[in-house]
Amino acid sequence: MTSLPPFQTLLDEHAADVMGVLRGAVGRSDAEDCFQETFLAALRAYPKLGDTSNLRGWLLTIAYRKAIDHHRANGRRPMPVAELAEIGVEDASPEDDGIWEMVGALPPKQRAAVALRYACDLPHAEIAAALGCSPEAARRSLHEGIKRLRKELA
Amino acid sequence: MKTALDRLVDRAGTEGLLDVTYATIDSPFGPLLLAATSRGLVRVNLPTYDPEETLEELAARISPRVLEAPARLDEVRRELDLYFEGKLTEFDLPIDWQLTDGFRKKVQRAINRIPYGQTRSYTEMARSAGNERAVRAAGTACGSNPIPIVVPCHRVLRSGGGLGGYGGGLPMKEALLKLEGVL
Repeated sequence: MTSLPPFQTLLDEHAADVMGVLRGAVGRSDAEDCFQETFLAALRAYPKLGDTSNLRGWLLTIAYRKAIDHHRANGRRPMPVAELAEIGVEDASPEDDGIWEMVGALPPKQRAAVALRYACDLPHAEIAAALGCSPEAARRSLHEGIKRLRKELA
Repeated sequence: MKTALDRLVDRAGTEGLLDVTYATIDSPFGPLLLAATSRGLVRVNLPTYDPEETLEELAARISPRVLEAPARLDEVRRELDLYFEGKLTEFDLPIDWQLTDGFRKKVQRAINRIPYGQTRSYTEMARSAGNERAVRAAGTACGSNPIPIVVPCHRVLRSGGGLGGYGGGLPMKEALLKLEGVL
């Protein structure tokens, strides 16, 4: 049996990263709500978590889902994916309207790969670990997702 | 970030997700790690032992939902502070005995009934637990007490009056007995 570290360790090591990612993804004012939702969901699921090899990727995947939920629930003007990690929702420029819907409409693996790469700023290896696939497969999903987005934007 | 974490702990508590909470407090002997469940105080870690290892043990044996939540251990902290000042002679704290079982648990519950300022021998503890001949096992039970100080294993001595052992080191055992006016 792999033993899970005390949950506090996850908070100590990754809370700042999760908050940073969420500030980028939903804006400063809503980041704290998403932060609460992320860690509560993580805490609920934690005792049954089987794979402990990438806890950071696991947390960031939950954070990304909460950010998507937040955008859907609020019906907010979507944001430019490529800039998600740096800026808040209020800074989105008008010509980028609709990109979140497009990301949301991608097939699940592509959608997750794109969001983990651009919204959560994860490297390929961690995206692969978060999705439970090989780095090559993660790279392929990301590539396919971007290609599809480019086609739709063209 | 601080308030975000405080709010998280509050919400986790409301949802019943705080399986183990802990706090670190100062004591005359060094930092003590205190851990509690919804049932009560479950673990006191003496300064001689690595708190990280104790937290890992709690995660493995009780639940990995282990969170730092000092406010939830305020009453334990308050009573321990008073005890160390010599102003409290009896702890009034709910105790969770889940980290112990069998004969050990019987001995530890008997230890919990030794009054302030009194001592017992390992033999007497074996007898109290229902097996007078299990003196060695009674000694082991004292040594594996998960809640030292509050469950006063420092009040158990050798029959001849020798100090016996103590997880926190003999100087600490001696100091606690002096505090209680035994030595």
